[in-house]
Amino acid sequence: MTKEQTVITILLAVAGTATTRFLPFLLFPEGREVPDYVRYLGRVLGAAVFGILVIYCFRNTDFATSFARGGTHGIPELIALAVTIAVFCRKRKMVLSMAAGTILYMILVQVVF
Amino acid sequence: MKELKAAFPETIPVLAGYVFLGITYGILMVTNGFPVYLPVLTALVLYTGSLEFLMVEILQSAFHPAAALATAFMVGARHIFYGLSMLSKYRGTGRVKPYLIFALTDETFAVNYSAQIPEGCSRAKYYFAVSALDQCYWVTGTALGALFGSWITFNTQGLDFIMTTMFVSIFMNQWVNDSDRLKEWVDASGRKITWKDRLRVHGGELTGIAGSAICLLLFGPDNFMIPSMVLVLAALTLFRKQMDPVLIEKALVGAGRGRA
Repeated sequence: MTKEQTVITILLAVAGTATTRFLPFLLFPEGREVPDYVRYLGRVLGAAVFGILVIYCFRNTDFATSFARGGTHGIPELIALAVTIAVFCRKRKMVLSMAAGTILYMILVQVVF
Repeated sequence: MKELKAAFPETIPVLAGYVFLGITYGILMVTNGFPVYLPVLTALVLYTGSLEFLMVEILQSAFHPAAALATAFMVGARHIFYGLSMLSKYRGTGRVKPYLIFALTDETFAVNYSAQIPEGCSRAKYYFAVSALDQCYWVTGTALGALFGSWITFNTQGLDFIMTTMFVSIFMNQWVNDSDRLKEWVDASGRKITWKDRLRVHGGELTGIAGSAICLLLFGPDNFMIPSMVLVLAALTLFRKQMDPVLIEKALVGAGRGRA
């Protein structure tokens, strides 16, 4: 790519991204009544999106490859996931559950598996 | 500035994640032959991690302007959901609003969506503090990686799992908040919580998990996000009567009042 092409490509990427971020706010600007259905989406979409994002984080986790072939069946991920959930439910502090899950995961992939 | 003071602790998880991911991105760009300023520039104007990582490949392949635009839109499509969820929260935030919308990444959405803004703090300033801090972390990490990436020696393998633990923790936070709400409503109605109540009040979370898991199995890891969004949107629309918190509250609390 030439320098001009690089600049154009980046600008188009910016345009595409900005469209996704600004679209809802352009459709429903301040002062315009938000339809009842869209307000309902606002109430439940947040929860649904975090569900999607959790699955998204595990999209490349390999649950199929056996130990004999160099895989782990996703066991380190599942253990760290369980610990993150358990710590959160007990302490209800996000920083604690995140630290516990991440440090445990690092130990598991670096030392154990 | 009290908003900055209140916002900073909430962004610490993002600090850890963004600095690390930013460093990775900076290293990746420079080791692929791009000049040091390019990753920093894209971190400033593009500011969307998943697409920036893709840009490493896109900028090295042949010039396809339409494909670049389409890729950016597809990869960012989930932001439409964030925007819809933040419509009411970002209302009336004045002149910082355009920046709040521009900077609405996964992580910033996560922090601002679940924010409990302290009494006496300005909403606009609080959201702005979170958004600007997060972008500072991302730009700083990227610059560090681009400049000094080759110096890192400690074993960081697995550190990127911090993003997973963040989304899992936010998901659980949403879950227990919904459980608390249900308990409140059911207490007001004077009967016991049934399994059906639980399913209804966690409808959003369950739909998100189930819908995207099904699409991941059907479409594979690279193409499942758009179908997931369509499926989840359809399910939420179809089952509004069951899942709408306002309707659940009306049914439970209203019924209790009727009896009393």
